[in-house]
Amino acid sequence: MTNSWTDIKNTDLAIVMGGNAAEAHPCGFKWVTEAKAKRGAKLIVVDPRFTRTASVADYYAPIRPGSDIAFLMGVINWCIANGKVQWEYVKNYTNASFLVKEGFGWSDGLFNGYDAEKRVYDTADWDYQLGEDGFALTDPTLSDPRCVWALLKDHVAIYTPDFVENTCGTPKDRFLKICEMIGECAAPDRVMTSMYALGWTQHSKGAQNIRGMAMLQLILGNIGLRGGGVNALRGHSNIQGLTDLGLMSNLIPGYLNIPVDKEVDFETYMSTRGNAPLRPNQTSYWQNYRKFIVSFLKAMWGDAATAENDWAYHYLPKLDVPSYDILRTFEMMAKGEVNLYFCQGFNPLLSFPNRAKLTEALSKLKLLVVMDPLQTETAHFWENHGVFNDVDPAAIQTEVLELPTTCFAEDEGALVNSGRWLQWHWAGATPPGQARRDCWIMANIFLRLRDLYRVEGGKFPDPILNLTWDYADPYEPSPEELAKEMNGRALAPLYDATDPTKLVLDAGKQLKNFSQLKDDGSTMCGCWIFSGCWTEEGNMMARRDNTDPDDTGAYLNWAFAWPLNRRILYNRASADIHGKAWDPTRKLIEWDGAKWAGYDVPDIGVTSKPEDVMPFIMTNEGVGKLFARKGLKDGPFPTHMEPFESPIDNPLNAAIRGNPVARVFPDDLAQMATSAEFPLVGTSYRLTEHFHYWTKHNKVNAALQPEFFVEISEELAAEKGIAKGGQVRIWSKRGQIWAKAVVTKRIKPMICAGKTVHVVGMPIHWGFMGAAQKGFGPNSLTPFVGDANIETPEFKAFLCNIEPVEKGPLA
Amino acid sequence: MTIDLSRRSFLKLAGAGVAATSLGAMGFGAAEAAEVAHVRAFKLATMTETRNTCTYCSVACGIILYAKGDLKAGETAELVHVEGDADHPTNRGTLCPKGAAIKDFALSATRAVKPRYRAPGGAAWQDISWDQAFDKIARAIKDDRDANLIETNDQGQVVNRWKTAGFLAASGTTNETAWTTYKVVRSLGMVAFDNQARV
Repeated sequence: MTNSWTDIKNTDLAIVMGGNAAEAHPCGFKWVTEAKAKRGAKLIVVDPRFTRTASVADYYAPIRPGSDIAFLMGVINWCIANGKVQWEYVKNYTNASFLVKEGFGWSDGLFNGYDAEKRVYDTADWDYQLGEDGFALTDPTLSDPRCVWALLKDHVAIYTPDFVENTCGTPKDRFLKICEMIGECAAPDRVMTSMYALGWTQHSKGAQNIRGMAMLQLILGNIGLRGGGVNALRGHSNIQGLTDLGLMSNLIPGYLNIPVDKEVDFETYMSTRGNAPLRPNQTSYWQNYRKFIVSFLKAMWGDAATAENDWAYHYLPKLDVPSYDILRTFEMMAKGEVNLYFCQGFNPLLSFPNRAKLTEALSKLKLLVVMDPLQTETAHFWENHGVFNDVDPAAIQTEVLELPTTCFAEDEGALVNSGRWLQWHWAGATPPGQARRDCWIMANIFLRLRDLYRVEGGKFPDPILNLTWDYADPYEPSPEELAKEMNGRALAPLYDATDPTKLVLDAGKQLKNFSQLKDDGSTMCGCWIFSGCWTEEGNMMARRDNTDPDDTGAYLNWAFAWPLNRRILYNRASADIHGKAWDPTRKLIEWDGAKWAGYDVPDIGVTSKPEDVMPFIMTNEGVGKLFARKGLKDGPFPTHMEPFESPIDNPLNAAIRGNPVARVFPDDLAQMATSAEFPLVGTSYRLTEHFHYWTKHNKVNAALQPEFFVEISEELAAEKGIAKGGQVRIWSKRGQIWAKAVVTKRIKPMICAGKTVHVVGMPIHWGFMGAAQKGFGPNSLTPFVGDANIETPEFKAFLCNIEPVEKGPLA
Repeated sequence: MTIDLSRRSFLKLAGAGVAATSLGAMGFGAAEAAEVAHVRAFKLATMTETRNTCTYCSVACGIILYAKGDLKAGETAELVHVEGDADHPTNRGTLCPKGAAIKDFALSATRAVKPRYRAPGGAAWQDISWDQAFDKIARAIKDDRDANLIETNDQGQVVNRWKTAGFLAASGTTNETAWTTYKVVRSLGMVAFDNQARV
């Protein structure tokens, strides 16, 4: 989230698209209710189903799964055509005026430079024209035909209300009404918030869905303001923290990158990470990258990381592909290329696509280690559970270890919520049986392994032997010790940059925040964005002062928010070019002639002059990017793409299937269906009574929603002869499942490209372990392909079929 | 809102206060003290309270755990009740149908409670000690890493990449668990590393 849950009360208009907050985030959603009750805010919901959120919305419109880009570009087109633009914001705080290279272009659904064989774009021309001084050229009048604004206007011109209706199945009058409601928020004193979740990410072009909304919010001037922003609702309790800490194939904590093969030494790695500003006076905060990475390497390997050995740069693995994400890993596993696999609180058998392939892959492992508070389907994948897990144990040679871990009630530490708040919690219960903390388990594995390397030697033992492990009890590092490592500390006395005689921080002391980081090895810090969370003043994450001066929703003394306890990102943009709040009733920070101050921690240097330094300090430009340059693999602007399995051809170019630059493995492509074989659109989602595959272990939730069902329209039920509550078989090109049918008015057929499109809705929560009835899930059917940029699977739009069954396998 | 009055002592005071006030109002006078002495205190007042965060979605509602026994004092603590934390700015004491039933997640009959091992082709679990499990894992990692770590690629570039093992981390755990996990996994050179952020 750019903002926070409590900030949503400040909005004038909430648009929930790509999510279902009332169902999946009920206690956060009540801040929408608060805004409606106290401010007269409105709520718009755009969703394939009339959801629980839609049921309390002021306005609802249906949309075909996987067509969000067309809708969003349609809204931008309408706003531009009707002058619903926050002009001062767009001119000053976005790259609208920047001139783009002549080579950039778009036609027939593709950007310039497409290589169909390699499925990549040549992005060389997706960039600005640079002057001799190295700065980007701009045209503040926005009249140059190569300026971003002119290119954007051209780009979105095809997304007319008719195009939207035809592609998205959204009735034109509903689309136009929503455009008018959104357009009102271009006024400086009207603010919209976007609340989205997996309904936008689980597509082969998920990142572009979100960019579409980010662009719209920039055009409306709604980023950085109270009640505004682009807000990812996020799923698990610490999914934000795990992302921040970079527990992903290609990441280092704090959104740094694992090097690639051709980055043969540290200086080569750094040579593309200078991040010089692209406009005069701009902050371009990533210029500090070297401080972050050196301090991280010092946290990992301490005294073994020196200037002489490139700070132990080669202790890090190098990548030869963009990432070894889960899809790629299971593809390798299915080919017998993976021997050991660890699942720590993760149940991939149910949460990844194409279950048949996952089972085949797990069966080829030598050893599977599962650490979990619950007995998961993944740990039990080799057990026969009849039709619900139809395997032959004798044929599966995988060794499995099931290790019991603690759950929330039995562990201490911090979780990062959607609003980037790091909140500390304490253990209050004894773990059951022999269950132990994950830290104890990881420490025991590590220490045994280190001993083996010490005794036996082995291949490249250096990063293992030298890993910093100076905990009081090496077998059980304490949450306090670990949190302090992430915050970072001085390894040598730190002196003031302007007065070298003035000691700022003595060696061994906790850093105040990341502004004290050095690139010479005199500081260590596990995760730079968390720095400030545990200082010499103590545990900032455990703060519990819930006062909120003037009821802004900031709660600055409650827990700690990264970065620097800032509650609203880009909050400098809440004020105009001179530093005055766009809307005095929404003041966040203002320029008082000498410094920035207000209700939030300024997201700008506190003495940075407002006319000189622009608000988006993390970009090289200093402004928000309507044109993303080379940031995404599938284009500097979002362009409409169909799902890989779609009921209609791409209206821009029938030859394009799915995202033209998404990675898809040959076997999986062969398992993609056409609408001639599978005419129905499947989509998956959550229910308020359940959390993923956890709460089916809870007898209360299992009683509230005991069995798997699918939702279909009355029209489809009539067409197929399916009775309410009747048993149905649903199948795709990858598998088949059985369910009870819920026949509902909440789903209606849509007309797209002249065809009637039916949607089959499938909740995700059932399996063969736990207290609920055994059941199936959509991921036996879903396609094995991910987003082109981040490989999130395309769960939200795929093709299937359905038929009634007289006597199915269900009770 | 920072008054140092724990909910526990507040509950005790409130319980006693209600009894004393109502008895006084009814004019029992001298009987008052005796009555107050045997008015039963709220059951929760005898519990140990712990601040925690709901384990499900990332709204991160504040919750209060009530346990019989004090973990911090070295006692066994049995979870008996969980409620929303009224002081928490986000949820202000409210909980959804998942959070309201969260105690029964911790107490689920299908919690994993002991290390177990399944042999190749086996049809059942066998018990295994933690020590045996750790020895087995460390041995498997050592042997596979020594056999398959790629130190240099075809062009002779240093890559130190281990591709034949993978690790999925849990986004239901704490930052502190995540950091420990990160350190161990990365020090091995493992590249097939992920968490639920990808889903």
